[in-house]
Amino acid sequence: MKQALTGNEAAAIAAKLARVKVISAYPITPQTAVVERLAEFVANGELDAEFIKVESEHSALSACIGAAATGTRTFTATSSQGLMLMSEMLFVASGLRLPIVMANANRSLSAPLSIWCDQQDSMAVRDSGWVQLYCENNQEVLDSVLQAYRVAEELLLPVMVCFDGFILSHTAEPVDIPGQAEVDEFLPPYKLPNPLDPCRPVTMGPVGVPECYEEFRCMLQEATRASKEKLIEVGRAFWKHFRRRYGLIERYRSNDADVLLLTMGSLGSSAKDIVDSYRKRGEKVGLVRVRSFRPFPVKELIDALGSAKAVSVLEKDVSPGSAGALFLDTAAAFINVKRAPLMLDFICGLGGRDVSSLHIREAVRAATRAAEIGEVRKAVRWLGLREKLVGLRI
Amino acid sequence: MKLTPGAVITEPGSTTRYQTNGWRTFRPAVDSGKCTGCGLCWLYCPDAVISRGKPPGVDYRYCKGCGICANECPAKAITMVPEERG
Repeated sequence: MKQALTGNEAAAIAAKLARVKVISAYPITPQTAVVERLAEFVANGELDAEFIKVESEHSALSACIGAAATGTRTFTATSSQGLMLMSEMLFVASGLRLPIVMANANRSLSAPLSIWCDQQDSMAVRDSGWVQLYCENNQEVLDSVLQAYRVAEELLLPVMVCFDGFILSHTAEPVDIPGQAEVDEFLPPYKLPNPLDPCRPVTMGPVGVPECYEEFRCMLQEATRASKEKLIEVGRAFWKHFRRRYGLIERYRSNDADVLLLTMGSLGSSAKDIVDSYRKRGEKVGLVRVRSFRPFPVKELIDALGSAKAVSVLEKDVSPGSAGALFLDTAAAFINVKRAPLMLDFICGLGGRDVSSLHIREAVRAATRAAEIGEVRKAVRWLGLREKLVGLRI
Repeated sequence: MKLTPGAVITEPGSTTRYQTNGWRTFRPAVDSGKCTGCGLCWLYCPDAVISRGKPPGVDYRYCKGCGICANECPAKAITMVPEERG
């Protein structure tokens, strides 16, 4: 059944279809509508779940951790400052290997205060041991939440489904809502191996002395690496049930491209339009969109980008003093590869700044120029920056 | 012993396998002449390594050397002496 849904509604409906049993969240723009809708589902009896009201995001995730520890399917949602307040518990959730799924409507971080979109919030917690998926549209938001539970529960890893605040969270698009019976078949109930159970007591969260702490971190790293194969496997199963295809990356007219754009999230769909316009003129421009940022698809990106002459990364985050996170990881992917494309990093769309077709074309032109002269004069640049306001020539 | 994902401990009593004596820099030494056998050290020991008696017994495999017993002893029968190294 197709319906016009915002990204927030898509996330809420997906959680309902997943038959989550415990939801705990705290309202924050632009995510609020996700849990508002879920609260309605619980209140009107459409969803048989416990909605735990809390006083902060730290408590929201803590409540989810407690619930998930009993083997209950658990959901939360947040954005920006909320995710920062959760950050301590993010590491606890992954360290305890609890399969919690979270929707994160990407929003910039204070200061200065901004409620608008960029991906700095989830990038800041990229090392928290959560699988991170970035969605291009609202259909992908719904589908990714369903897939997230399969990956989470089969590998005991928490999963964060990220979608751009306002651009997706508050924009309605036609979304195909699968039937409950189909979802039940795709996503059966799960059993946590060692749950908290008064009849069979266990200790959770003990001290990890130096003789074993490193081993637990290694086990988390290996499980997250294994989640690459699991995401592919679950993507295939999803295709069988719902006829929509998902992988770790999406390649768009990229096979023979000389110049490639590389991005994540909703920018993917804008970039596709620009790629089409270049292709119409016979120019070999393509797009690669990273859907799974953690685990990072190293092999897939080497395959997808390796034969291009130059790649422009478009990303809504920056690691001050270094570069954008997507650029850094992509560059690192090629570290021991003989043939690597030239790479440029474009920081853009921060704090809700619109990324227009002109900006994306500028990134294509810069990569084309780099390919022509065979070098990159300046690797990290800003797109759409109002230089006069900065008072510096950037 | 293989580690469980998430460091879940499924059997009770596993802490007995982890001897904490390496944490100690001072050890409680009991002067049996001064000890009155009142049992306050036994009562206050947070790690339950002291057994009642006159003088009391200390299980040095688990004593972390916190010094609470010496602090509480009304007869000043317990002194904390530097752990010998080497």
